[in-house]
Amino acid sequence: MRILRNLSRDRLATISLLIIAVTIIAGIFAPLFAPFDPNEINMSLRYASPSWEHLLGNDHLGRCILSRIIYGIRPSVLWVLVVLFISVLAGAILGFLAGYFRGKIDAIIMRICDTMLSFPGYVMALAVIGILGVGLENILIAFALIKWAWFARVIRTSVMQYAELDYVKFSKATGISDFKIIFKHIVPVTFSDIAVISSGSIGSMILQISGFSFLGLGIQAPNPEWGMMLNEAREVMFTRPELMLAPGLAIVIVVSAFNFLSDSLQVALDPKLVISKNKYKENSPYSAVKVREKEVAN
Amino acid sequence: MLKVDKVQKSYKKNGLFSSERQIILKNVSLECRSRECLGIIGESGSGKSTLGRLMLGIEKPDCGTVLIDGMNVEDRRVRLGNISAVFQDYKSSINPFFTVEEAILEPLKIQNKSKKENIDKITTLLNQVGLPSSYRNKYSHELSGGEIQRVCIARAISTEPKCILLDEAISSLDVSVQIQVLELLKDLKRIYNMSYVFITHDIQAAAYICDRVIIFKDGQIEEIVEIEHLKDVKSVYARKLLKSLITF
Amino acid sequence: MKNILEVKNLMVWDIVSGKKIIQNSSFDLKAGSCLAIVGESGSGKSVTCRAIMRLNSTSLQQSGDIIFKGENINQLSTKELRKKRGKNLCMILQNGMTAFDPSCVVGVHLRETLAEHFDWSKNEAEVRMKSAMESVMLINPTEIMNKYPHQLSGGMLQRIMIALAIVLEPDIIIADEPTTALDTISQFEVVDQFINLRERIGCSMIFISHDLGVVRKIADEVLVMKDGKIIESGNTEKIFSGAKHEYTKYLVSTRMALSNNFKRIMGEGQ
Repeated sequence: MRILRNLSRDRLATISLLIIAVTIIAGIFAPLFAPFDPNEINMSLRYASPSWEHLLGNDHLGRCILSRIIYGIRPSVLWVLVVLFISVLAGAILGFLAGYFRGKIDAIIMRICDTMLSFPGYVMALAVIGILGVGLENILIAFALIKWAWFARVIRTSVMQYAELDYVKFSKATGISDFKIIFKHIVPVTFSDIAVISSGSIGSMILQISGFSFLGLGIQAPNPEWGMMLNEAREVMFTRPELMLAPGLAIVIVVSAFNFLSDSLQVALDPKLVISKNKYKENSPYSAVKVREKEVAN
Repeated sequence: MLKVDKVQKSYKKNGLFSSERQIILKNVSLECRSRECLGIIGESGSGKSTLGRLMLGIEKPDCGTVLIDGMNVEDRRVRLGNISAVFQDYKSSINPFFTVEEAILEPLKIQNKSKKENIDKITTLLNQVGLPSSYRNKYSHELSGGEIQRVCIARAISTEPKCILLDEAISSLDVSVQIQVLELLKDLKRIYNMSYVFITHDIQAAAYICDRVIIFKDGQIEEIVEIEHLKDVKSVYARKLLKSLITF
Repeated sequence: MKNILEVKNLMVWDIVSGKKIIQNSSFDLKAGSCLAIVGESGSGKSVTCRAIMRLNSTSLQQSGDIIFKGENINQLSTKELRKKRGKNLCMILQNGMTAFDPSCVVGVHLRETLAEHFDWSKNEAEVRMKSAMESVMLINPTEIMNKYPHQLSGGMLQRIMIALAIVLEPDIIIADEPTTALDTISQFEVVDQFINLRERIGCSMIFISHDLGVVRKIADEVLVMKDGKIIESGNTEKIFSGAKHEYTKYLVSTRMALSNNFKRIMGEGQ
């Protein structure tokens, strides 16, 4: 709640959040929002310009572009979110283990991460697709396999700087169990870092999935997907460039919304800002100072 | 009571596969008697803080044991409520998201007492360390260094431990506040019958509160001396240390 | 004695909150003397000396006159000021570890600083630096100059800073808590070097510290600050033996309590 309140002060963040919320809702309830069946072919409307019936026009098979964009949210955004969640979760668990316990566990997890990270992301994904076959689900599996290592690394670094703090040392010394310490002391402070890095990487993941679909390795025709829609529009790039506009803009807007949100999250989740806000709420910082002076003086 | 027996500790110098080790503590044995305040004096890098961490059971020694009443402190159930600590850096001593009350409650919660009992206890504790009980809802950034250290002391004594380890607990405070905190520690020691292990580089502060001091250098005990006999130290290093002191 | 630095009605305030950090403080620094500023943390000691160098962060505004040898520093342009820093006004900071560039060896940093202010040849600068380092009891200066800051101890870095000050021969040295982060033995050595430094180049010094013991040893005059105000000033011995202000008395008495106990144990005094 506190985070939402902080975010609402930033106009750009509010707009980004709104765009993301609308996109997600539209994606989940695609059948309700989409005016037509995205796969319905109507050759008489081939390359039709935008009209009141088809707000964004029709493509080379006469399919409604708006409907296809809305249905395309599912693979392009929603599934990306799911994969992201899985890989962040895996990364967080391993990162916490490595960063908190250090020593051998850390060394082993980090060497595995190094191995994973030493392959370029695209090559790894292509290899997984080569083994499992073409298809969206395989790309998603490939992504989850690659991304966790990166998250684990970043989260470990973040955990490490907090695990050495004195209040963690105190809890350890007084015999509080390690898992309690992680949940009470380390998760809250690292949460901001995790939120920022994961929202920051959504953008690149959306672009990558679209990229694979553009190459024809992702979701298969005739199912709609933003990257694939770009690919289909490519054939008529010079005669009808406006066909690239709708999916291209959709990607740009959603990706920028996530990036802007991650920037603002960084500010909103900063404990120092949260703290200074509390200060205002209590509205008595000066009286506190005065009490302190008296203490010193006597 | 708190007994360190032939403890050795070393860290790997560089990387996972290097066998080079830097020895921090060499065969250290000492004992903190019950109701005693034992000072450990050393320069930075002498290994005194590492020794502190071993005594708290946060780290494990390579060999040797640290026992409290005959039980190994590495087991966290042994430490529970028996040993506690106050650290140097008051800026990070309390979780920034915790209020004073939540911070003090943390060690208390393990003792399975009723909520009301705990709340009453916090009021008593805050009064004992010289803070008004209205401070319970404040966050650490709203307090001064001396006040935070008082809260930390309240948190440390909340479980009525047998031993408190003070790792440079007053070093980052102003001298005028140092005196107040030292006086407070003396009073509390009388009330709760605790032992203190007082790790510091400040000989004058150690002289103010300790019954016995250990002069520590390069991971080894240079000399153990009763505070009354501090002027009769024999080792070269301890003499140099005392001579270098700038008194007022 | 002539005043080398006069600070008149210095005010420093925070632009954002409008809170005054230094309120209307005026003081003089006599040529060749050492002025100590004492006070508890948060009393504005460091802000005062950074205001003299005009090194405060941009969110702090300052007004008033800082007259150094007849020139008002507060009205100089940034470029003119930069020439003054180092050559005329030299600052020694609390933490040697952060005062040196961690990515290069100490020698590089020292040579750069010297090249900024003098047109000496590389050799000449090195020779002067080395003799200065030897004079502050740093044995084997060549080796030290080829080490990184993290390989040296805090006391050594502080002494390197003093050696640099010797070479620069500034008119005023501003030392901001130079001994606070040091161990007993290195503190002793560094304080000794500060006293030598004054004897050698006869510069004036502003020495900021909360440790009254060190101040008593080094300073001629003392300013006591509290909450951004100067509440008492005067000759060191007079302040410490017969303070007028309640707060100064309080500061002295607490320090006495610590020291007297120690002296009793050591069988001195009384």
